Amino acid sequence: MDDAAPLILARHLTKRFGAFTAVDGVDFEVAPGEAFGFLGPNGAGKTSTMRMIGCTSPISDGELTILGMDPRRQGADIRARLGVVPQHDTLDNELTVRENLIIYGRYFGLPRAECQRRADELLEFVQLSDRGKDLVEPLSGGMKRRLTIARSLINEPDVMLLDEPTTGLDPQARHLVWDRLYRLKQRGVTLVLTTHYMDEAEQLCDRLVVMDKAKIVAEGSPRQLIERYSTKEVAEFRFPAGVQETLDGQFDGLGDRIERLPDRVLAYADDGEAVVIAARDRGLHPETVLVRRSTLEDVFLRLTGRSLIE
Amino acid sequence: MTALRITPMFAFGSRRALRMVERNLLVYKHQWLGLLSGFFEPFFYLLSIGFGLGRLVGDVAGPGGQTIPYALFVAPALLAASAMNGAVVESTFNFFFKLNYDKTFASILTTPMSPADISLGELAWALMRGAIYTVGFLGVMVVFGLVRSPLILLTVPGALLIGFAFATVGMAATSFMRTWQDFDLIQLVILPLFLFSGTFFPIDAMPEGVRLLIQLTPLYHGVDLLRTLSVGVVGPDTLVHVAYLTVMGLLGLAVVSRRLDKLLLK
Repeated sequence: MDDAAPLILARHLTKRFGAFTAVDGVDFEVAPGEAFGFLGPNGAGKTSTMRMIGCTSPISDGELTILGMDPRRQGADIRARLGVVPQHDTLDNELTVRENLIIYGRYFGLPRAECQRRADELLEFVQLSDRGKDLVEPLSGGMKRRLTIARSLINEPDVMLLDEPTTGLDPQARHLVWDRLYRLKQRGVTLVLTTHYMDEAEQLCDRLVVMDKAKIVAEGSPRQLIERYSTKEVAEFRFPAGVQETLDGQFDGLGDRIERLPDRVLAYADDGEAVVIAARDRGLHPETVLVRRSTLEDVFLRLTGRSLIE
Repeated sequence: MTALRITPMFAFGSRRALRMVERNLLVYKHQWLGLLSGFFEPFFYLLSIGFGLGRLVGDVAGPGGQTIPYALFVAPALLAASAMNGAVVESTFNFFFKLNYDKTFASILTTPMSPADISLGELAWALMRGAIYTVGFLGVMVVFGLVRSPLILLTVPGALLIGFAFATVGMAATSFMRTWQDFDLIQLVILPLFLFSGTFFPIDAMPEGVRLLIQLTPLYHGVDLLRTLSVGVVGPDTLVHVAYLTVMGLLGLAVVSRRLDKLLLK
């Protein structure tokens, strides 16, 4: 396969569970070496899409090619070259940390000595060398996540599939995971990840698609998406409890666009400071004001009318 | 195993199934005591029923009309029953748990291992454990002087066949289970099989209708197979028992091979 060909190619990819359509005819491609993200709220169809790519969930309709192969006929061959980090930890609780890595390598048919060598190397990589002989259960959430990442690397995969890699981790643990994923990306590993954290998408993804209600609603790099669907800056106004409901119409015409959330009002404009001054001139007295750059959260709000995390 | 090769309907899985055995060996390195438990079940029954109750019962008529001590009458039956129990527990409760709660299978499926590899591997592991227990139990029978014929060695493959038949049917049944409540039905089947398959008393003691009914059930064939082998009285009946259990196992396997992908790949 030449470098220009996409590693993953989906055309009208669909997943149905009975009458429910989890993924509704999506198209996307992932290039070699790229970090590609699926951004969307819970239930948007991200995990179902990932499981189809991982060849553990049969596709209902459409076309899917992974590494030039057809998941319907070559599932095992494709899986042999993937590294999967599922949304919930699926570590083998009856085995030690090191054994988890070794037996996983054995599932890929690697020789035992090679599994042991790679296990030690990977424990080093995810900073768990001193826990190798411990059982999995007492590990912290962040450690389990790192072990799961190490496990997914045992077969030296061409593509890593990461389903919400840092959900539920504390900030410190998240940054450690991000750092490791960033290093993998630098080594040329293709990363495909889902997230509902916009900062994660901005940190890790070269390109992403926004999913909502089983469909892809936008596609581009984080910067492109922000330029296309949002303004440069956002002014956030917070009012004391009870006041915001009385503000009907008073923000009209401030900035390019106004979003009213339950707890604050967002005014989108290329010059946020100017909006703040204009609001003050209208006699509005917010409790707090914040001018910030637009993020993917704003893109998502614009596209779907809802926040990512509700 | 030639049947596996000529009839494609039973052919599934690959050599990768052995990795499941490897995993279980690793697990039991940590919990080898748990491995022993399966041995004690028939052993304790033998002490209690075979020797305890046997003292009251004395000698009974065994296969071929020869008189044998009650302990020898009941020992092979206990072996058969424990082969059934072990296989059923492993292929129903444990299999269901690993499928739905443990997520171990889910993580293995993201590797080149297929649902068929996993099931076949679990089946092989259950049978290997069964074989270890059987050999242990035979050792006990030797110690207590309950050996009459070298044919008793054939109870090892005999017990394996019983395990195979019940494990595949158990797995097939589990593939239709939705909740833990469904498993009450399994107990409802297993307990009467255990008590009335000629395990503790000859089925001649039953009314004719009941006797014919029992002769249609699987554990009866398992019990009689191991009992005739252990006293060395084999005949056409032996073949019937072997054929019954083989067909049962293959039918279970055929159902499992059709249901597995549906079960594991959602």
